[in-house]
Amino acid sequence: MKKPPWYLALPILFVGMVILLPLGYLLIKAFSVRPSEIIGLLFRQRNFDLLTNTLILAMAVVLCSTLIATPMAWLTSSSDLKFKTVFTLAGVLPLAVPAYVTAYALLSLTGFQGQQTLGIDLPSLNGFSGSLIALTFYTFPYLFLNLRSAMLGLNPTLLDSARSLGYSQWSATWHVTLPQLIPAFFSGGLLVFLHVIGDFGVVSLMRYETFSYAIFSQYMAAFDRTYAAWLALIVIALTVLLLILEFNFIKYKYYHQTGKTQSRPPRLTRLGKWKWLAYSFLIGILFLSVVIPTFIVLFWSGRGFSALGFMSLVEVILQSASVSVLTAILSTILALLFTYTSIRYPSIFFRTFERLSYIGYAMPPLAFGLAWIFLSLYGLPIIYQTFCLLILAYMLHFLAESIGPIRSAILQIPIHLEEAARSLGLSPFSAFWHTTFPLLRNSMIVSFSFIFLAVMKELPITIMLSPIGFDTLALRLWSHAEEAMFVEAAPYAMVLVIVSLFFVAVVFFKEVESD
Amino acid sequence: MKYKFWVGLSLVLICSIFSVVQAKEELIVYSGRSKSLVDPIIKQFEKENGIEVQVKYGNTAQLALTLMEEGEKSPADVFWAQDGGALGAISKNGLFSQLESDILSVVPSKFQAAENQDWVATSGRARVIAYSTKHVKVEDLPTSIFDLTDPKWNSRVGWAPRNASFQSFITAMRVLFGEEKTENWLLAMKNNGTKSYPKNTPIIQALAAGDIHVGLPNHYYLLRFKKANSNFPVNQQFFQSQDVGNLVNVAGIGILKSSRQAKLAKKLIHYLLSPKAQQYFSSQVFEYAVTDQIIPNQQLLSLEQLIKESPAIDLSQLNDTEGTLKLLQKVGLL
Repeated sequence: MKKPPWYLALPILFVGMVILLPLGYLLIKAFSVRPSEIIGLLFRQRNFDLLTNTLILAMAVVLCSTLIATPMAWLTSSSDLKFKTVFTLAGVLPLAVPAYVTAYALLSLTGFQGQQTLGIDLPSLNGFSGSLIALTFYTFPYLFLNLRSAMLGLNPTLLDSARSLGYSQWSATWHVTLPQLIPAFFSGGLLVFLHVIGDFGVVSLMRYETFSYAIFSQYMAAFDRTYAAWLALIVIALTVLLLILEFNFIKYKYYHQTGKTQSRPPRLTRLGKWKWLAYSFLIGILFLSVVIPTFIVLFWSGRGFSALGFMSLVEVILQSASVSVLTAILSTILALLFTYTSIRYPSIFFRTFERLSYIGYAMPPLAFGLAWIFLSLYGLPIIYQTFCLLILAYMLHFLAESIGPIRSAILQIPIHLEEAARSLGLSPFSAFWHTTFPLLRNSMIVSFSFIFLAVMKELPITIMLSPIGFDTLALRLWSHAEEAMFVEAAPYAMVLVIVSLFFVAVVFFKEVESD
Repeated sequence: MKYKFWVGLSLVLICSIFSVVQAKEELIVYSGRSKSLVDPIIKQFEKENGIEVQVKYGNTAQLALTLMEEGEKSPADVFWAQDGGALGAISKNGLFSQLESDILSVVPSKFQAAENQDWVATSGRARVIAYSTKHVKVEDLPTSIFDLTDPKWNSRVGWAPRNASFQSFITAMRVLFGEEKTENWLLAMKNNGTKSYPKNTPIIQALAAGDIHVGLPNHYYLLRFKKANSNFPVNQQFFQSQDVGNLVNVAGIGILKSSRQAKLAKKLIHYLLSPKAQQYFSSQVFEYAVTDQIIPNQQLLSLEQLIKESPAIDLSQLNDTEGTLKLLQKVGLL
């Protein structure tokens, strides 16, 4: 078994340890009371019910997201449709709108409120169905972009070989294409699943009680950090269980072929008479993802736009965007480091470390923020309330989002390329830089976008850990919406969506250029 | 190319660390009140006193948790919170330092920390009964919140069980009357066809539309509507004196023990209780002033009357929101 060089191993060990620190904080908090005192509170019927609700919702959302994301990913990567970049952006846009705003828009469009605002009579959305629809719409991009990256990286010659060996189109797809999509499906699905478990904004608006209800009310209403720490640990235990399942399911197979790569450009499937069905599906998604933020802006602004100070707006946009860009770049690099090492130097140890990122992701943001307050103040006070800590916290929390796309891509890239470069006398880094790295471009764009969009709209960690006076678009939007000052909130919602989409569009058009 | 990138990146990182480390001596406020409501008055304070104020804005409960976690190492000097419950929690954790009598004496004792004397209210908001002037005569309004379960109010009442102020009111009812009576009232209201709204504003709109005839909101929403349209067909009223339906909750402020700027902090509190600031809360935000040295807002009661109308309760006790959430869940309102 090959051992990774120290310059890969050390940073990973370090970051992995740092990700685990908040877990240590939770354990300290949890065991500040004797477990016997809390066990009855913990294992009561209500918590089981909440957990069941959560799991049912999470599985349903993963299922529905898959049903939307898979055809969409295929159509925007492998079909002969036009405007594929536009449709791809339609699949990114839902990530630019904070989930609670999406839920709010759906609530105002349907049922009693829908009648009042639009005069149309749509069935009332709330409870399970409301949460399912809002969360599916909000999270399908995770699956969509992961699957799309994987599909773009497929090597068409594999399919050709399968066909030449006598497989039919369908069975070749089944035996050759689908297995290659499995890592992408798991990374995306895991993100969606964990997102649903952690969501509070949507389920509370839709009045569907999940486990995060318990955590939230413990922190925010009872100010009890001990019992809340126990609940957070339950979520993490659940996550570990999921990770173990995933770990055993995809034993890293190599999904690349030997020999030359990309002997010919991928053949786009002609849709023929199915074209119109495909277009209407994609236009439907585009319509929804444009209509929802537009509606909320118009609905909130009512009769007029409140004037925004131009300079102060520019300042907030710059603050939001620069922190998000920086975090996104750093996370993408880190994700590359983690996935590259765990795939190229396979060992249980590094594969486990790669999965640690999901622990950071699954930790309830309130617990995560408090942990970092404690850890920095009592460990390294000089970083407290600095951008350094804020960016570190964002990075450790969102890292998991950037792992998936890069992981699928590396799995598809033959290691022989690097070996060939090495044999020509290049150093390991140089070999990687000139062979593998250029092939990772598209998936790094997706990773970057995930993190960028997540940080742009993040709230609790920003509130707790940001330097004093740091202001973001998401904070402004939330603080006005919270005061029911919707006219004032509307322009911030609009600016947030436009700025987010602008950045994502810029990087995605880079992807097109490279084709 | 790539070296430029790395150098640039490290420069950004280093700059961002040091831009914050070299902070000057200034007053640091954690504010659970939103920027849109309090920024003008803080700016005014800075201008008049030549003191720089740094404000961390956020959700009241999250900031309270932050303060608890920071403990004695908190960089904050002052915590300005949206409700008595969060202030009570900070007080209970022993993080506030006791206030001196020159501050305590300005604010009625009903609107400060009864036991620990470590926070005071800066403004108040009252629960009221709002009614449609088209459908209800003022003399027909119920005198107690417990009368709303009468069949004559069947399907005519609106409330917002998910609203935090409504939940504070339920907590007050639990404190004053106990679990059983509160539960029975909630159930009777529910069985009487009381309609649930997501929050206060839709209650006011539904009253104007005639969908409901009376509602249970906070007092200032209607005033914001009336500012835009003085003929708005809704009015509001208190129940009989001391009725729990008239609960007055407060936004309040305290000085943290960890503060090294206690003098400046006191100056800020004095300023927020000064006629100028109180006038701002009353005429711009439509909240109740907690001192009586202002030109009264015509649409609000005088402070003296407000004290008389509001129920006798220690606002620090309104921190058992969890119990209230459980009760609301139990009766099926959440």
